[in-house]
Amino acid sequence: MTEPLLSVRDLTVQFPTRRGLLTAVDRLSFDLAPGEVLGLVGESGAGKSMTGSAIIGLLEPPGRIAGGEIRLKGERIDNLPAEAMRRIRGRRIGMIFQDPLTSLNPLIRIGDQLVETIVTHTDRTPWEAKLHAASLLEAVGIPAARARIDSYPHEFSGGMRQRVVIALALAADPELIIADEPTTALDVSVQAQIIAVLKDLCRDKGTAVILITHDMGVIAETADRVAVLYAGRLAEIGPVADVISRPHHPYTRGLMGSIPSLDGGRDRLEQIPGSMPRLSHIPPGCAFNPRCLQAFARCVAERPPAYRADASEAACFLLDPAMSPAEAAR
Amino acid sequence: MTIDRNAPPLLRVEDLARVFDVSKPWLARMIEREPRRFVKAVDGVSFSIAKGETFALVGESGSGKSTIARMVVGLIRPTRGRILFDNVDIADPGRTADVARLRRRFQMIFQDPFASLNPRFRVDAIIAEPLTAFGLMSDRAEIEARVADLLKLVRLDPADGRKYPHEFSGGQRQRIAIARALAANPEFIVCDEPTSALDVSVQAQVLNLMRDLQDEFGLTYLLITHNLAVVRHMADDVGVLYLGRLAEVAPTEELFARPRHPYTRMLLDAVPDLRPGGRPRRAITGEIPNPIDPPPGCTFHPRCPLADDRCRREAPGYTRDGGARVACHAVEEGRTETAPPAAFALA
Repeated sequence: MTEPLLSVRDLTVQFPTRRGLLTAVDRLSFDLAPGEVLGLVGESGAGKSMTGSAIIGLLEPPGRIAGGEIRLKGERIDNLPAEAMRRIRGRRIGMIFQDPLTSLNPLIRIGDQLVETIVTHTDRTPWEAKLHAASLLEAVGIPAARARIDSYPHEFSGGMRQRVVIALALAADPELIIADEPTTALDVSVQAQIIAVLKDLCRDKGTAVILITHDMGVIAETADRVAVLYAGRLAEIGPVADVISRPHHPYTRGLMGSIPSLDGGRDRLEQIPGSMPRLSHIPPGCAFNPRCLQAFARCVAERPPAYRADASEAACFLLDPAMSPAEAAR
Repeated sequence: MTIDRNAPPLLRVEDLARVFDVSKPWLARMIEREPRRFVKAVDGVSFSIAKGETFALVGESGSGKSTIARMVVGLIRPTRGRILFDNVDIADPGRTADVARLRRRFQMIFQDPFASLNPRFRVDAIIAEPLTAFGLMSDRAEIEARVADLLKLVRLDPADGRKYPHEFSGGQRQRIAIARALAANPEFIVCDEPTSALDVSVQAQVLNLMRDLQDEFGLTYLLITHNLAVVRHMADDVGVLYLGRLAEVAPTEELFARPRHPYTRMLLDAVPDLRPGGRPRRAITGEIPNPIDPPPGCTFHPRCPLADDRCRREAPGYTRDGGARVACHAVEEGRTETAPPAAFALA
């Protein structure tokens, strides 16, 4: 395998609170190849956004990286001083947030916001930057881009605004884009357009993407691989097709079954009993064990490591090749 | 449960309309010489729901679905039209006495279970509120027993009644909201995006619970949602809203098997498929226009691949086609089949 663009090893994010230390991300590891699209899915509180913020160095205090390391092309970026991290952010790692209205400055024309980003992070002169900004807006599908470059964010609709945000994230040709729920605030009919723009542009430029979302449909059509998070830990990671059609972790299986589909009839949905534990009450052993119908003694006693299963990896003792059949039967 | 299709509908909505005044303040209008401005949030919507059925209203934001829900439960008054519940017009201001009596028979479940439960009330007080508000029970022991039953009904522990809403997860809160809605034994429940604030695995629990309760008590639902997959699992009939008007009304099976209105087709095409490499998702072109200044003729024509001159001039009436009712000139003229599917693809 070629050297990964991004390598996350045993990443742990913690929050000190009045009730004690909460672990939002717990020893999470994954690699991202150049140009690859990795989906990060999980329910709210699973730690997906926290992982994204940790990578780009925007964890809100008192949250902090308490362990592990993040490497961008082999170079550690998790312990960089703020100034060095600021140079990486925007230039080498771009970010797209859920709500396009909050990620654009409402008082500055979108063209000026783009030019500022381009001039800060590249060698372009302001004049070249302006031309580049117009071509970026064109690339993300803003009609009459040259005329609208002097518009303010409020003059755009939600979908158009998110296109501007994508243009902004791509402005300095970063190697990696972290997109945190880029389509959640948009209507279904607009979602598809935005996903298409993001996917096509990143493929053309060879930009890798970490796509954070709770929408499996978006992952299915966009990502190469998908990582399923549960209670801050990695439950399963693997190629999209495998994770969706042949999930190995009982949680992934339950999650896939509970998604209503357009092809299904009026039948009951599969449901996982209970809900995800709060960070202050994560059960010992496997975090999923209280909701798991196949849990056995070992699941309560120790935390499962990631086991290989076909092309995927899943953290579940059921996949332990050393497990005795008798234990599995219980 | 078997449904008698010939039974009189429990709820019938006729030519419902609501106009909102969105004008600037008087002085600003005078200075800028601007006319008053109005939004037709809902315009000429008619549908009916038979007892024990689920009718889903789908649409994107700004399509008027929540406005309809609010008019049906009486939170806002319609500008025009009738809402007949059990043959009594509940929008008629002259019949407030009858309406007050009827109110107890319908309830509403809101989208956000974090906002719809009073954080200062204990859960048992929240659930008991309809009982005391409608004067159904006054004996404390009786109320307590009823609340315990309701909590069990929504698969919560009766002991949970002594806790406060913040001690529960989103899914559990939505169950509490459902328990409160059921307290007064309603027949009809308006559910405004009941699961869109919830995670998928929890959404499945809540949807299943709603189905079970419907079977157990013969409830009738008006389900407001933007999620077509949820509609597929829950509804008997569907109405597709676009800019305040119903584009298409059809039985669920028919709508998904053979969507007629170009907008319905687009919506279905826009839903991502879970199977990678399965049905390709076709992006819809354009976005919903500003409802203050909607396009003339059929409001969908700027985004419609089948639009012609007549669509740009004249608003379509309804055409019956099988079990469906469609507002589209192309459907009426039989122009739909000839359109190449490529017309939907995003350039």
